[in-house]
Amino acid sequence: MIRTALLVAGKDLRIERRSRVLLWQVVPFGVIALVLCGLALGPVGVSRATAGPGLFYLVTLLVTLLMITRSHAIERTAGTRSSVATLGLDPAGVFLGKALALAIELWITGLVLLAGSVLLLHTSLHGTVKALPSIIVTLGALAAVGTIYGALTAGDSGAGTLLPVLALPAFAPLLIAGERSFRAALNGGGVWEWWLIVTVALVAYLSAGILLYGVLEES
Amino acid sequence: MRHGFPLLSGVDLDIAAGTLTLVTGTNGAGKTSLLQLLAGLVPLTSGRAQVAGVDLRSGDRRQLRRRVGWLGHEGSFYDELTVRENLVFAARALSRPVSQVEVVAARVALEGRLDTTTKQLSAGQRRRLGLAWLVLRRPELWLLDEPYASLDDEGRTFFDELLSEVLASGATVVVSAHDPLRSPTLNPIGVHLAGGRVVPT
Amino acid sequence: MKLLSQRLLGPLTLVSLALTVWMGLVVTPPDRTQGDLARLVYVHPAIAWVALYLSFGTATVASILYLWRRTRSLVADQVAHCAMEVSLVFIVLTLITGSIWGRPTWGVWWAWDARLTSSAILGVLAVGYLALRRANDDPTLRARRSAVFAVLSAINVPIIHFSVLWWKTLHQGATVFTANRSLKIHGSMAWTLLLSFVAFTLLFVWLLRARYRLEEQRTVSQTSSLSVALEQRRREGAH
Repeated sequence: MIRTALLVAGKDLRIERRSRVLLWQVVPFGVIALVLCGLALGPVGVSRATAGPGLFYLVTLLVTLLMITRSHAIERTAGTRSSVATLGLDPAGVFLGKALALAIELWITGLVLLAGSVLLLHTSLHGTVKALPSIIVTLGALAAVGTIYGALTAGDSGAGTLLPVLALPAFAPLLIAGERSFRAALNGGGVWEWWLIVTVALVAYLSAGILLYGVLEES
Repeated sequence: MRHGFPLLSGVDLDIAAGTLTLVTGTNGAGKTSLLQLLAGLVPLTSGRAQVAGVDLRSGDRRQLRRRVGWLGHEGSFYDELTVRENLVFAARALSRPVSQVEVVAARVALEGRLDTTTKQLSAGQRRRLGLAWLVLRRPELWLLDEPYASLDDEGRTFFDELLSEVLASGATVVVSAHDPLRSPTLNPIGVHLAGGRVVPT
Repeated sequence: MKLLSQRLLGPLTLVSLALTVWMGLVVTPPDRTQGDLARLVYVHPAIAWVALYLSFGTATVASILYLWRRTRSLVADQVAHCAMEVSLVFIVLTLITGSIWGRPTWGVWWAWDARLTSSAILGVLAVGYLALRRANDDPTLRARRSAVFAVLSAINVPIIHFSVLWWKTLHQGATVFTANRSLKIHGSMAWTLLLSFVAFTLLFVWLLRARYRLEEQRTVSQTSSLSVALEQRRREGAH
């Protein structure tokens, strides 16, 4: 399972590195979304600084949706599915691999967006660094959740429009937990609840993916 | 079956191991569906069928897919990866030594193209890559959907040679095509499909 | 016996609903603090019970039955589908009755209460489930995908609930809601409340059955059109 996971993750990342969709499409989208958030909040700086964590996560969710679609689109090019299906890869491994690749891509994008939020929204740099562990885990959970929902909607006629409706409710707790722990890193305050939520979500979705991904691939 | 439209009905076939079968028929006759069914890629909704001892309705289709080789008439690989990377991926997935990749590429005359991105290959070269993927796997059952499309004469000869080799190794081959084979060496059992059923030729 | 219970289900549902209305509006006294408004207690909790637990639960259990190889059948898939549709209707009713109750008590139509927010998200999940079904034509694929989605949603519900709950409580402490919610209930009010739960549970069973029958008939009509198509396909082959 782990071997398959690494193989699939390596393949996904290699395709990403070659096609540069992340660099040229996803990251710029995230940055412009942050800029728009700044504009929407008006010229007074204070509200922007406090809104930083929430906006960072909101933009991250939008970016995640794009990345999930992309992650599943590469499996759907004509004929690839059939051929790969006959390789007999372990579906749990495929799930873990795709989730891992997505997580790595999200971490990279997340770094850019964090830099953007420090520069554009004046979020405190010190607090942002303190919040990094929670951000890494939250984005990991997002990748796990997202990979399953991506498989659920892959190849649909309404691809891209169905995914947000299905995935965003599942993203909601992660948004809340991520934002709260980010804020706690900035201003202090209790965070164990948020770690609990993120950890439960991560474990629940990793297990669900390992158990159920085969059902989704079998079609 | 999709949208409740039966793609195949009244197909009664017995394919012996180690033989070459040629499925012919017009567009929409159900050639591709039949091959996909045999590959375990689509589920059988009614009727009964067994492939390599696996029941298509109740059996483990994933197990079956591991034993068949499938060449669709579209490409069958990751477009952004190079020929080498695609083959290495397949070799790793199948736990074959990576060193085989170059041997296999040479077998389908793609050795000069190993570091070309798959996207940039011509249609004929893509087909060869698909074959390379299969040669690497050496499955028991080869299911080739219109393999002759987009092959030139040289490609056809090469392909026929490959098929004889595969057959000599004891594997079973099912090929679909619009027209009868032109090869003088291969002698397939003909199956003609029309409107989703077998008709006598 | 089975037939009798089937026939009785409809009338029984109607009678118990009528009885709930009569008890709730006529027999029971108005509440000391909330007045007639408190009579919503005979409707809202029972509807929420059907929406959030009974029908969503039925859909989840049916989906698990579908996913489990040994009990896999399209019947389980269809039951899940029907239950989810009923669930959506009741979630909307829950939100509407809750809103009507909330407007005079809290002064707003919508409060960021944990229960309210998670019910709304649950509603979106039910909509998502039905949207997912619409997007897939192939019956097996649709069954698989929607069953997985239903199970994921069931996993989601507690996570969503607690995240919103803690988000809320850590945000501004306890709300008016918890204070006003503990209505003093005794005597005829308790009986009426109990009756309302029975009545709405019966209504759920009745609706689910009716919806399922409709689905059965649809399958029958699809099968007959399939055999027509099969016949056509054969003739196509004969030419």
